Amino acid sequence: MDDTKIEQIINRYQDEASSLIQILLDIQKETRWLSNEILEKVSQKLEVPFSKVLHTATFFKSFSVIPEGRHEIQVCNGTSCHVRGSSRVLGTVQDLTGIKPGETDPDLKFSLEAVTCLGGCSSGPVMVVDGKHHVRMDPTGAEDVLKNCD
Amino acid sequence: MPKLNSPAELEELSKDILSKRDSAKPCIAICAGTGCHSLGNQDIINAFKEEIKKQSLKVKVDIRETGCPGFCEKGPVVVIYPEEICYLEVTPEDAPEIVSQTVVNKKVIDRLLYADPDSGEKAVHEYEIPFYQNQMRLLISNNIKIDPRSIDDYLAVGGYSSLAKVLLDMSPEQVITEIKESGLRGRSGGGFPAGRKWEACLIAQADTKYVICNCHEGDPGAFVDRRMMEANPHSILEGMIIGAYAIKANQGYIFVGDEFPLTVENTGIAIRQAEEYGLLGKNILGSGFDLTIRINIDGGGYVCGESTALMASLEGRVGEPVTKYDHATERGLWAKPTVLNNLQTWANVPLIINQGAAKYSSIGTESSKGTRVFSLSGNVKNSGLVEVPMGITLREIIFDIGGGIRDDKKFKGVQVGGPLGGFVPENQLDLRVDFDELSKAGLSMGPSLIVLDENTCIVDMVKYFFTFLYNESCGKCTPCREGLRQTLRIVTNISEGKGKEDDIELLEAISEVQKEASLCALGQGASGPLLSMIKNFRDELDAHIKEKRCPALVCKELSTITSK
Repeated sequence: MDDTKIEQIINRYQDEASSLIQILLDIQKETRWLSNEILEKVSQKLEVPFSKVLHTATFFKSFSVIPEGRHEIQVCNGTSCHVRGSSRVLGTVQDLTGIKPGETDPDLKFSLEAVTCLGGCSSGPVMVVDGKHHVRMDPTGAEDVLKNCD
Repeated sequence: MPKLNSPAELEELSKDILSKRDSAKPCIAICAGTGCHSLGNQDIINAFKEEIKKQSLKVKVDIRETGCPGFCEKGPVVVIYPEEICYLEVTPEDAPEIVSQTVVNKKVIDRLLYADPDSGEKAVHEYEIPFYQNQMRLLISNNIKIDPRSIDDYLAVGGYSSLAKVLLDMSPEQVITEIKESGLRGRSGGGFPAGRKWEACLIAQADTKYVICNCHEGDPGAFVDRRMMEANPHSILEGMIIGAYAIKANQGYIFVGDEFPLTVENTGIAIRQAEEYGLLGKNILGSGFDLTIRINIDGGGYVCGESTALMASLEGRVGEPVTKYDHATERGLWAKPTVLNNLQTWANVPLIINQGAAKYSSIGTESSKGTRVFSLSGNVKNSGLVEVPMGITLREIIFDIGGGIRDDKKFKGVQVGGPLGGFVPENQLDLRVDFDELSKAGLSMGPSLIVLDENTCIVDMVKYFFTFLYNESCGKCTPCREGLRQTLRIVTNISEGKGKEDDIELLEAISEVQKEASLCALGQGASGPLLSMIKNFRDELDAHIKEKRCPALVCKELSTITSK
């Protein structure tokens, strides 16, 4: 992401350091993850110590400081999905992709996240791949969905 | 649209909107909420639009994309007006038939109706379905009647009339008296009287004050707040404007989690529309009262629902709680007097002003007034968003509204109050939804009710909650950080058949320290599920520890079948 774009986003919040979280969220929406380079730029522009920017980026669950894969997988692990068997779905996804929640594979194909609630509790277990919702998932269903990702 | 300059102009506009609407005109209301979104409602909406165009009915028939009507289990839900025919589990392929049969020829399509699982009897209207019949829907009944992105729809159902009433002839003190008399208690779980909180903030001396709506809802398996916000955002704004007027605040924040993009989007649209109409901004309805409301998106963290962490997060800092030496009503956001209420608390405000404290407080129990919206899910037949009067029993919610357990399995327990709550077994199902009664039973009034059937392992559930809490603890204070780590380790051992007999005693000792010494509610309440397992499901826990057996066959290490 170039400097002008970062500046534009920061300007949206009138250069206010108190908007750090909102600024990082907006940047991540564009870049999908926050590189060291970006965090440094934000730190300089907002005049906030780099340590504080890094603290924020690693404290909150929404931020990723590692590169994201081409396909983003979210497996809902909310309580309702859990009692309906989401851990078996997550297990299958982990086996097939070889990564754990919070990781990206070396080929940058998949990133996996176990999220707490996607709000589809009535049709759980829910799995979201690249923004598309897949409901009432079981291990076989999850396998079918992942097969279609290239 | 020109700005409205007085309550009278608002009333005029509402009347005008209503007079231009033809109640006999057919309208297809389709749930566009998050629940039905995962079931592909966008395809259905598109299919209806396409069909209306194909049959050249665009002028004659309206399509309304509404908020969540609640019956998520049977979604996507489509209601055909003016007859109010309720179709469930609709697919895009049904659209042509619904348009030609029901909308044009007024014929009911039998197969899309609700069928009673026992008798097979069909129900044509929403109010004939047991799931709805046994509820008391005061806060969420408008969801299917309005498009959350249309302020005119909200005005057409009498929206913002409470605000007009307040600005026209009520002083801040009178508003607070009304809220106090209504008996409204904060819906976040703690149940602090809302009127008293507001009064403390009004009295506090400061040049700046704030109102905050907590729509964070980090509980796994709870979807009430975000769903209510996305379905009827103007009702929340109206409550907040009235509250800000009562405590003389000019700045408000809505704190919302980032997992629900639709909530953020709909709220943003609602704020812009309210500003355009002069219901937010400078000199609201010519009253001289100013209020700006901003949305603040959470960076993701369960602990940010805690009041001090929430405010830290609003100030752009990491969401770590601090010790509460002062009440937020005296020193809150940016050290200014602040009223922080849960979204459901705000949602009740217009209702109380509209119908009066006396009528409102006639609903509920001695100590808990009004209704409560829950997200009912897990192994229950009819899951969804349910609104019930305070004082109803858990049994009634699960069996009369929820229809009992899925696949006719046996009921095991219900999880009340999320990760800081507990499990209620069968013999305590007659507990009533009441702040004091639930708190006496060691539970809190959390927004979610998650039903567990016989195939759920209680040790696995406790392990699940501790894994969640361990990951979500901010790590600032030792009792919480280390307590959770050790508890999780011991519970995991138990689930793997490595439990020891004195583990229970050790777990209880850790819980006690954690409860006394943790900094915030996360650490203090974390032992809830654990202690309720020890108290209510001792047999199952003992089976894991002594017999190395998982009766529900969930814990992998204890469920291996050995041949003879």
